[in-house]
Amino acid sequence: MTDLSQNASPTDGSQARLKRIRAGLGKRHAREKRFRLYGIVAIAAALTFVAILFAMILSKGLPAFQQATLTVPVTFSQELIDLEPRPVRESGQSAADFRAADLRWQRDVTLVNWNRVVEDAVRSLAPGSEISSRDLQSLIDSAERFKLRDAFVANPNLLGQTVDMQLLASANADNWLKGNINRDLPDSQQQLSAPARALADELYADGNIRMAFAWHIFTNTDSRSAPASAGLAGAFMGSLYMMMVVIVLAVPIGVASAIYLEEFAPKNRLTDIIEVNINNLAAVPSIVFGLLGAAVFINYFRLPLSAPIVGGLVLTLMTLPTIIIATRSSLRAVPPSLRQAALGLGASKTQTVFHHVLPVTYPGILTATIIGVAQALGETAPLLLIGMNAFVASVPGSPFDQSTALPVQIYLWQGNENRNFFEARTSAAIIVLLALMISLNAIAIFLRSRLERRR
Amino acid sequence: MNSWMVALLLLAVLSLAYQQGWSLSRRLATPEGRLHSRPAYHGSLVAIWTIAPALVIFGLWALFGTSASRAFILANLPAEIVDTGGAALQSAIQRVRAIASGFGVAGEVQPYEAAAGEALRRFQLIASATVLAAAAAFAGVSLYFARRRIATRLRARNEVERLVRYLLLACSGVAILTTLGIVLSLVFEAARFFTFVSPIDFFFGTVWNPRFSTTGAGSGQYGLLPLLWGTVMVAGIAMFVALPIGLMTAIYLSQYAKPRVRSIVKPMIEILAGIPTIVYGFFALVTVGPALSAFGASIGVDIRATSALTAGIVMGIMIIPFISSLSDDILRQVPRAMIDGSIGLGATQSETIKRVVLPAALPGIVGAFLLAVSRAIGETMIVVLAAGNSPFLRANPGEPISTVTVTIVNQLTGDQDFASPQSLVAFALGLTLFVMTLFLNMAALYIVRRFREQYE
Repeated sequence: MTDLSQNASPTDGSQARLKRIRAGLGKRHAREKRFRLYGIVAIAAALTFVAILFAMILSKGLPAFQQATLTVPVTFSQELIDLEPRPVRESGQSAADFRAADLRWQRDVTLVNWNRVVEDAVRSLAPGSEISSRDLQSLIDSAERFKLRDAFVANPNLLGQTVDMQLLASANADNWLKGNINRDLPDSQQQLSAPARALADELYADGNIRMAFAWHIFTNTDSRSAPASAGLAGAFMGSLYMMMVVIVLAVPIGVASAIYLEEFAPKNRLTDIIEVNINNLAAVPSIVFGLLGAAVFINYFRLPLSAPIVGGLVLTLMTLPTIIIATRSSLRAVPPSLRQAALGLGASKTQTVFHHVLPVTYPGILTATIIGVAQALGETAPLLLIGMNAFVASVPGSPFDQSTALPVQIYLWQGNENRNFFEARTSAAIIVLLALMISLNAIAIFLRSRLERRR
Repeated sequence: MNSWMVALLLLAVLSLAYQQGWSLSRRLATPEGRLHSRPAYHGSLVAIWTIAPALVIFGLWALFGTSASRAFILANLPAEIVDTGGAALQSAIQRVRAIASGFGVAGEVQPYEAAAGEALRRFQLIASATVLAAAAAFAGVSLYFARRRIATRLRARNEVERLVRYLLLACSGVAILTTLGIVLSLVFEAARFFTFVSPIDFFFGTVWNPRFSTTGAGSGQYGLLPLLWGTVMVAGIAMFVALPIGLMTAIYLSQYAKPRVRSIVKPMIEILAGIPTIVYGFFALVTVGPALSAFGASIGVDIRATSALTAGIVMGIMIIPFISSLSDDILRQVPRAMIDGSIGLGATQSETIKRVVLPAALPGIVGAFLLAVSRAIGETMIVVLAAGNSPFLRANPGEPISTVTVTIVNQLTGDQDFASPQSLVAFALGLTLFVMTLFLNMAALYIVRRFREQYE
């Protein structure tokens, strides 16, 4: 009896268990599938975010690279430009006196009624129009009169001649022609008056206004009074100077301290502290570095406000940990056999490191540099605290001049009151910034593959 | 003295000294008396010793030269102009400098200006000649002594290597100095702030209202709590978005995905990590905010376009790659044998992940989570653009809010005097932020390190 029951029960039991397992199997497999699906959904969500972000920026930003441009015959008429010839430096005249005389002449040039020159030029395209001069001026960007002045200063022989020139349409006219503005809105809500809108349409239909590539985005500086001609040149140069400071300071210092910590440092309290300290520094919020810059560089050392040299110093301190950590990990990846071989042949420790270990890590150091520089290029918050959000309408000639930076320019433009126009301009600036970062990374990948192949 | 000329001169001296050391040591080398170090090391040693004193002298001149020439101008200007001070004095100094440089000034030159300019020109000439002569003399003397030291037995290589090592040590000291600079500047400026406002009012105050004041008098209320609450709320929403997506992405990529899929998808997600935060801010302001607001209107909930929700969601998107790549690394470190054992016992893959892999990787994932939280707390530009900047204690995430970082930017970018409490409060806020992130980072690094040691 006992035997039988003992024989029967395990088989019964295992059968029952098998049954239970089989019954639960479908559920478990369904759960497995569901879990896998969660993973796919998460990845799809992340990729969708990437796609939406890029689609938004491209769709908003790309149209800004095309801008309404008016081609007009400009007459530098003698009646309007009533000036003496440009002064020439006489013998015995000091450099300062000559410059004062020349500046006086240039001021007289500026005082010429260039608005009238622009107006006459545009009127010649629409002879029959009864449009008021104010409405007509509203079609042309207000900085374009300075373009005429600069052309005249550069070449005073233009006096009395008629030349075809390209003038930027104003931001409002550009918006109107691109269809960014609802055309059915009543006059009171339109930026341009009815005759101005009609004239813009007419000029556009005649082909006098064309959508041309907006080179001025790359050659002009920021402008408040003339939004259509605002460009990135100043911010670009500011960012370039800062990147130069970062490369000149952060890379040598970062690589040197990585070499010291990885190859030379004895294991003791001090190097432990340095190591923990660097890891922590890498995770300190960037805005704290801005506070450091404001307190130490600006307030204590009295370095100039909004100068790329200060921004570069702050960004150097910020990117240093990144470069150190990345360089260390590439030094760590060098096989110890390489060091042992060099040491075994009688090389000193320093010779081993500089002649044998370091050359192997060049691709790694290069990647570390690019990561650091790209991080510095996109950083905004610390720069705001050292005054780089000031409005600067000139291209900085040295790292000590006032300037802005590309990300700060994006910040300034997104806050502009002319939202309708600057949303596109901001996106265009973002495209330029992202394109810079992507090409930096592309250069890194290219160089790295070349360096690695050579080995 | 043109700085380019000085640099060229230094370069010339450097190469001359190197050549001297190199050729002299070479001449000493004979078959019986072999050099201890190769000639290149002798050359480097001589070059270093020759150039160092000259560099020190030029450095001192660069540091103090401007103030010295300013003091000289002041001594040469009439007392009544020096006494007026301000802009008049500044422009007088500018004019004297312009006269001395030979460029001249426009308009009539006062006799005292001409005299001061002439004196300054002579001073500059003498000063630069002195500096140059001193540098040359020191360089010459040290070149002489460095040359005299050269002998077959001189251990030039060891000396050069020791100097190089000191240089490397000095470079790694920069990181320490940075931390020291951060801590000292935050603590000192925050202490100055606490002379205006008591720490208790700051840390436990519930009203943030730093009234605008040009006099610098400490009026207004500086309560930290509304800002802290905003920070916590935005960071919380961000983690709510980022943790599930980031973690599931990491799980799928490390456990399920084929290598080919992984090699394509992983870099694509990491693109998100490389985008500057200002771009996210703009994205939040222009696209996400209005979309959320429209969505809220369609289901009858009032969501403002700039709100804690907008900023939090976009910040979450920014943090996804951070969490996914950190967790991915950690999940891949779980020993293969543990996974194989679980599968061998009949568990499905998802059961293995949930019951074996995740518990084993939990410390590492907690570490990654803490690092991500610290990142979210310190993030600035997204919140500046998209959170609406309204420092009130509110529980509704659909309302605008303000955070610690936003307030730092607001307080330091105005036209406030640096010594006013309105500006100094930024450092007290920065100190709070620094301490918070420091604790999170230390905890995270400690946990991750423990986790690594466990499986290595």
